[in-house]
Order: sequence, then C-alpha cells, then structure tokens
Amino acid sequence: MSAPLIDFDEVIANFDPVLGLEVHVELGTASKMFCGCATEFGAEPNTQVCPTCLGLPGSLPVVNGTAVESAIRIGLALNCSIASWCRFARKNYFYPDMPKNFQTSQYDEPICFEGYLDVDVETDEGTRTFRVEIERAHMEEDTGKSLHVGGSTGRIHGADFSLVDYNRAGIPLIEIVTKPLEGAGKYAPEVAKAYVGALRDLLRGLGVSDVKMEQGSLRCDVNLSLRTSPDAPLGTRTETKNVNSLRSVERAIRYEMQRQAALLTDGTAIIQETRHWHEDTGVTTSGRVKSDAEDYRYFPEPDLVPVAPSAEWIEQLRSQLPEPPAERSKRLREEWGISEKEMQSVINAGALDLVLATIAEGADPAASRKWWLGELARRANDEGVELESLAITAKQVADLEGLVQSGRLNDKLARQVIDGVLAGEGEPAAVADSRGLQIVSDDSALLEAITAAIEADPDAAQKIRDGKVAATGALVGSVMKATKGQADAARVRELVLQELGQ
Amino acid sequence: MSDLIHASAVELAAQIANKTVSAIEVTQAHLDRIAEVDGRVNAFLHVDADGALEQARAVDHAVASGQALSPLAGVPLALKDVLTQTGVPTTAGSKILEGWRPPYDATVVERLRDAGVVILGKTNMDEFAMGSSTENSAYGPTHNPWDLERIPGGSSGGSAAAVSAYEAPLAIGTDTGGSIRQPAAVTGIVGAKPTYGAVSRYGLVAFSSSLDQAGPFARTVVDTALLHSVIAGHDPRDSTSIKEPVPDVVGAAKSADVSNMRIGVVRELSGEGYQPGVQARFDEAVELLRAQGAEIVEISCPSFTYALGAYYLIAPSECSSNLARFDAMRFGLRTDDNGELSAEDVMRHTRAAGFGPEVKRRIILGTYALSSGYYDAYYGQAQKVRTLITRDFEAAWASVDVLISPTTPTEPFRIGERVNDPVAMYKADLCTLPSSLYGGPAISVPIGLGDENLPVGLQVMAPVMADDQVYRVAGAVEKALAQQWGGLLLDQAVAL
Repeated sequence: MSAPLIDFDEVIANFDPVLGLEVHVELGTASKMFCGCATEFGAEPNTQVCPTCLGLPGSLPVVNGTAVESAIRIGLALNCSIASWCRFARKNYFYPDMPKNFQTSQYDEPICFEGYLDVDVETDEGTRTFRVEIERAHMEEDTGKSLHVGGSTGRIHGADFSLVDYNRAGIPLIEIVTKPLEGAGKYAPEVAKAYVGALRDLLRGLGVSDVKMEQGSLRCDVNLSLRTSPDAPLGTRTETKNVNSLRSVERAIRYEMQRQAALLTDGTAIIQETRHWHEDTGVTTSGRVKSDAEDYRYFPEPDLVPVAPSAEWIEQLRSQLPEPPAERSKRLREEWGISEKEMQSVINAGALDLVLATIAEGADPAASRKWWLGELARRANDEGVELESLAITAKQVADLEGLVQSGRLNDKLARQVIDGVLAGEGEPAAVADSRGLQIVSDDSALLEAITAAIEADPDAAQKIRDGKVAATGALVGSVMKATKGQADAARVRELVLQELGQ
Repeated sequence: MSDLIHASAVELAAQIANKTVSAIEVTQAHLDRIAEVDGRVNAFLHVDADGALEQARAVDHAVASGQALSPLAGVPLALKDVLTQTGVPTTAGSKILEGWRPPYDATVVERLRDAGVVILGKTNMDEFAMGSSTENSAYGPTHNPWDLERIPGGSSGGSAAAVSAYEAPLAIGTDTGGSIRQPAAVTGIVGAKPTYGAVSRYGLVAFSSSLDQAGPFARTVVDTALLHSVIAGHDPRDSTSIKEPVPDVVGAAKSADVSNMRIGVVRELSGEGYQPGVQARFDEAVELLRAQGAEIVEISCPSFTYALGAYYLIAPSECSSNLARFDAMRFGLRTDDNGELSAEDVMRHTRAAGFGPEVKRRIILGTYALSSGYYDAYYGQAQKVRTLITRDFEAAWASVDVLISPTTPTEPFRIGERVNDPVAMYKADLCTLPSSLYGGPAISVPIGLGDENLPVGLQVMAPVMADDQVYRVAGAVEKALAQQWGGLLLDQAVAL
C-alpha cells in the first residue's frame, strides 16, 4: 500500500530537504575484522565461522591490520583527519543474527573524521559542484544474515522460522557518515546519487572493496527530513534502509520527500522511524520506530587495545593513494576531448571504470563510451540492474568493437552478438560464428538480391531510374531484409543506384 | 597411595620422570581420592577420568621413550569450569551453559596439555565467577575442607577446595577481584593472580574482560610458581596479552630471599572490619619478614578505600555486555521454544531461567551504569577511581618493592551466612580489589590460623610484570613458617 504523495515540484516549492547519508562498505580483506575466517561471498552458509565470529564463550577478537590500513586510506581519500589514537567500542543491543549481542564498532573516537567529497551535478544552470561533508568514517564488524521463512513479508514478524548465516558475521565494515547535507534543494536526490556513485568509484579506485551494491558490499541508509525553509529548524527525520542501487538512492529520496511533504502538508507529524525501500514497488514502508532514547550503552571494548597509527605510516599511505577521482576525470576529459557534461553522464551512469577498462582492452574512447552509455545502458535499464552487473566484460566489449572495426559486423549485427554474449553463448567472435552473423561483402551475392528486389518492386525501380533517389530506401530495405541484415547498407545503396543507372 | 596425594607437584614430577611411579598411578590415586571425598566437598562439577588417564598414559609413553619432559609432566590438575576444553562440559557454574561442550581449547588448556599436565576435571565456581563463596554456583556450594560448614571462598572455590582436600596438587583458577587469592587464603593454600595480560584470556568465559586473569593454585609456593610459568606467556589470540617475557617466578620462589627488600604495609587495609585473629597473624608475618632482613615501611594508599565501589561498577558494566551472548541461539540452554514464542521471547525466557540471582543483579547494575545519562556518573567515574588507584600503586613503587596486606578481612564464614547480604559478601574482596583494578600481580600465602582456627592468608602485591617479587616474598614467608610448624599449614587441618 503506498502512501499519499504530492508532486515533486510542489515539495520543492514548500519545503527544503536536509539529507544525511550513511554508507556501509564491506572491505575486501581476505579475512574477517576480528578473526582469521575467510570472507568469500556466496559460500555455503555457516562454513566461514570460528569461535570468535560465532561469539562462543571465551573467544576473543584480534584486529585485522589490513582493515585498519584500508580504513585509513579511505579516510585520506575522503580528505579526513586520521586519529592518532582511537578505540573500538561495544554497541549493545540484542538481535538474533548478532552473535555477541553487541557489535564491535567505534563510537566517539572514529579512526577518520572531518572530511569531504566534491560531486558534480547537472543543474538548470549547468554543472554545479556540491561539497558533501564527511563527519566520520569508522571501523566495525558486519552482523550475520537472517532468512525468515514463511509468513508474507519476509520479515521476522510472522515468519514460521528463521535461519541465520554467520558467514557474514565479522566481515569488516567501514561506515561513512556525512554531515547533514543542506542547500541542495530540488537537486537533493541527484546529489545523493552522485555522492554514492563518486564514493563507489573512489573505493573501487582504492581497491579496498568490490563495492557491489546488489551483493550488499556497499549499502546505503538515507536520513531525510524536510523543513519549511532553510532558516527553519530541522524537521523530524526518517532513516530509509535497503537502498541498494544508485538508481534507488535517487528514487528513494524523491519518494520520501514526496511522502513526508504530503504528511506535513496535511498537518500530520513525521514519525522518527526506520523505513525500508522497496526497489520493485518504488515505495518505502515503515520499519521499527526509532527514538533518540534508543540506548546502545556504548563503552570502550576492553578486549581490544587502542589503534594508534603512526604519523609516518599515515603519510606513507597518503603518498601511495591513487589519483583523486576529480583530477582523474579532468585529465580524461581532456584526453578524450569531451565536454564536462558528457563526462558527467559517463560518471553518473557508473560507466567510467568500465569505459576505461574497455579502452585498456584496445577499443577507442569514443566507441567504448558509445557501447556502455548506449546499447549496454539500455540493456541494464531493461533488466533493472547496474551496468557493471551485466554479463559482459570490458574485454568482450572491446572485442566486439574490434569486429565492427574490421568490417565483419555492423552495429545491428553487433547488437545481436551482445544478445548472445549476455545469454552466455560465449565470446563475441564465437557468438558471431555460431549465429552466422557476418556482413555480406560479396558484391555478386548482393547483386543477386538487388535484382530480385528490383523485380519484386518495379515501381520503385522506375522512380529511381527517373531520378527520385529517395526511393532507394525501399529497395535497400528489402535487400537488407533478404540478407537478414548482414549486408553493409551503404554498399547496397551504391549498388542499387549503379544498377539503375544513377 | 596416600603418599601420592600428599606429595607436592615437584615431588610427583620427579618420581614420574625417574619412573618410581607412573603418571597413570598418580592420576588414578587422585581419581580415587576424588571418589572418596568429593561427595562431601563438591569441588568438581565434572570428572574427566578417561581423558585424564589418556593424558597420563601419553606422559608414561614419553617417559618410557626417553623424551624430554616438562617440569610438571604427569602431575594432575583441577581446572576451573570457566576455561574451555574441547569436548569437555564447560558450564561456568551456570544453568545457561549446561550441556555445552566447547569446540576449542583455551590457550591455558593448550599450554597445560603441551606441558604434560593431566587435567582431572572441571571445578565448581560461583556462576560466571561472580561471588566470593562458591554459593552462587547453579550446581550447589563447595565446602571448605577445613570445616565443611564453611565456604571455601570464591569464585574459584572448587579449585581451592580440590587442592586443600588433596584431590589435586595443582589447580587453575581465575581472579577478577580476588577470586584466586581469597579462596587460597581461606583454604590454607597458595594462589596467585598474575599480572593482567600475563596469561592469555583466550578460552576464558568472560566476566569482566579488563580484570579477568587466570592463575595457579598449589600447596607450596614453588609448585604455584611452576604452574604459573607453564600457563603464562604471550598469545597472539588475546589482544591484551603482554609480549614481554615472563619473569623468573620459579627462581624467585626458590630463592625466597627478602633481605634488602623494601616491603610496604598498606595502612588502609587494616583496622575496623578486620578480625583480630587475621590482624594478629598479619602482624606476625610482618615481623617474620623484618627478621629476614626486609625493610618494613607503612604506606598510605588513600584511593584503595574506593576500590569496592569502582569495582562494582566496572565489573558489572563489562559483564552486562559479556553475558549478552547467552541468548539460546547458538549454544547452551534454550527454554520454552515451543513454536509459539518469538526468538526474542525465547531469549527472554532462557535468560530468566538460566541465570541465577547474583548474575542477574550484576547484569542489571551494569546495564544501569552504562545507560546514557548515567554513564559519566557511574562507569566514567569508576574509571577515574581506577586511575587514582593505579597512581597510588605507582607512588608506592617509588619507595617499596612490594605491598602487603591480609588477603581477606575475616576467616571463612559459614555457608548461608551472607547470601542475603550482597554487600557483606562483596567485602570479602576488600583487600584484593585494588591490585585487580591496577592490573599488577598478587599472591596469597598461608600465615596461620585465626580466632576460629581457620586459615588466614597474607597478600603480596607487586608492580606490573614484577610477578617474581610476589613469589620471592611468599617463598620467604612459607620457608620461615615451615620451620615453625614443621611443615605446611594444611598439615594442621583435620583429615577428611
């Protein structure tokens, strides 16, 4: 059941949105945050567990040094200060998939604090840079994963029974929390999407996580409140969870703005609560009511010693950071000779890394952009998945472009090859072979088809003989049809005109 | 056979090594003793006869094949039921863990195995080590072998009673606020709390993580030191484990030389509330040390007065979090899982049924102390007191090598006497709490009998990682008193 909404333009006319984003990133370390268990995604349930990540009596945590290093690198890339001394803290609450019934996290001593990330968004007045301020980035451990069986909602309430997989329990997480993001107005949804996208690219560039939103290695919670004007006090916020794609970030915020505005317009108070985003229906629904009084009884984790990275180590990590995304984008824009807006569309589509990889595999920049932003973006959109999740690799796209360049395929045939690759039929060349896709370049075969077409449509042929070149289209079309699209249309046109004395 | 149960660990190890007796015979003698007396003492919750004999057999094989042996190879030991041992029931004295068999060994257990020490079984304790009398065990109280109507101290009362009842020459206990030293004192044996971080806590079912420390019990100071040296040492699985080498506690215990040592008597740990017999034995021990060449100085440690209050905020706070994992989900008791109740309700019912009243009291205390709005006033303030206590110790180390006090203010009380008065019960740890909060080593060594003809102990406290110093002083006291008594204090107990 969806809530009453009001029109987005009307929301903007009457309210000012304030956003806060909490992003959880699963680090790609080989072992868990506090034990030596493997972190591989998709393993048999409860096979990557030990006394520590199961919270068995007597077990103890030991900090994963690589996770600390990744946290610091993320902080540096986000322009944060790095704590010279900080501690872990226990966040106490009961939940069946949390083995110790406390989460080992950080509280008032995060390892990274006070940073920012600049993102570019297309506005009515051109590209505008928004600075998203980072409050903190801290280390913590993931919980297990519950599967609620039976009942209608897939939630714990009403389920017949629940299964818990503890493979995920103890996977290292970095939680990156923004300061309240104000002043984005109607661009708030786009700014949020651009931020999460930029963050994802940055994390991927650092090589600290595979940042796959649909596998949950990058998860986003959106805090949103509305106020009547930028000077008014902050309104009551909701926290929307389960926002697991870039598209959803934008949609969920847009929806939540419209929902809250409808309530406020109606004089109804916003309830401070957790809400769940439903990608399929495009709505948020109420979860548990969250009050400021929720008391996690944080205290310093006595089983761990403080983390105290030396200044030398921090500087060493800083010196080894990859090129910052903004600088990289400027450099690439110049190399490729494209506009800021064109570059922005590559980034916003989440295609930059894919395009770069395709170029690295031998395709030229323009063709790489064309495939990823055109045909492949369409396929991803149709399937409702992120571009990077399509079952085609950068190498395959580069190979496909190679087949076009060599004259074996035209764009139409190439699209059929994409069908085959996505369907798992193999590499582009193999798909072209097995599907018999090949531009017909043999003029005698084409002439045969042209003769047949002329015989079939004497009227059109006569018009061309009479100089009405525009009629060529009909004959070219029937030749293309007869050759199942495998002819080079330009060559067919040449031959038709030649045959009819033009 | 009775010689075997009265022998020291040093003597047993020597006889096993030179094949005068087999490890199997030694183990069997102790199993027989347990069968004979433990019905009255209730020191053991679980006797692992098969496992013990198997370990003993392995030692005998090693002896036969001429392998090098550790100094305690083949010596039997009683293990407090708060340390995990693969496949052997581990309850921590609680109903909530009844039937749980851990899938892994505690580091202490691993080290004992590696040293060829034979683990006889698991000993009774106050539930989750919370208590000073072993009356808080879900499996009935342990009785003091000196007087079966009396408490054996706690929380490691089972381990202490096992050693003083000659059911084992060695035992492992854990000490959070005095749980090794106080039972050692009231059962007339030796017990040491090593420096915090000296012995790995991996596999120790946590009560209060920043205070818990496993340590040795034995009837002599040298035996205690030998066991200490077996279990101590760095463990990468415990982040709070100390990397520096273990001090030579065995050498110090053997030297027993206090000449030229400066010994501080803590002014705040005497006077009102201290039984006259306890005070008298303590004063005599001070004179004994002076007579052996030690310089005696009175030291004031004003913050020690606040140790009890600080401890009963810090320990319950940590316990409220540590004990959250007992939720019926993955191990242990599960109550009322009837298909009707939700997971949360099953958790609630299980925790209500599985925890005893003292554990619940401390969980509630700790939950309160950590609550937002109270944290600064309680937990935060207690941490400040902890810092002040540490400063008192550090100031003392400027003028003395060790500090001494009675181990307990009184002789062991009667079973049932203090169960309805938690604060009176808590006061049994008055003298032992300061060094727990500080983290330094401390030992209790017998110094005689009090007004009620029951054992009195002397506590020796030393700087962090100066564990050898406590053994040096305890060794000197033991040596001097052995000359007076013609043996150990325990020889004066009425035989069971």
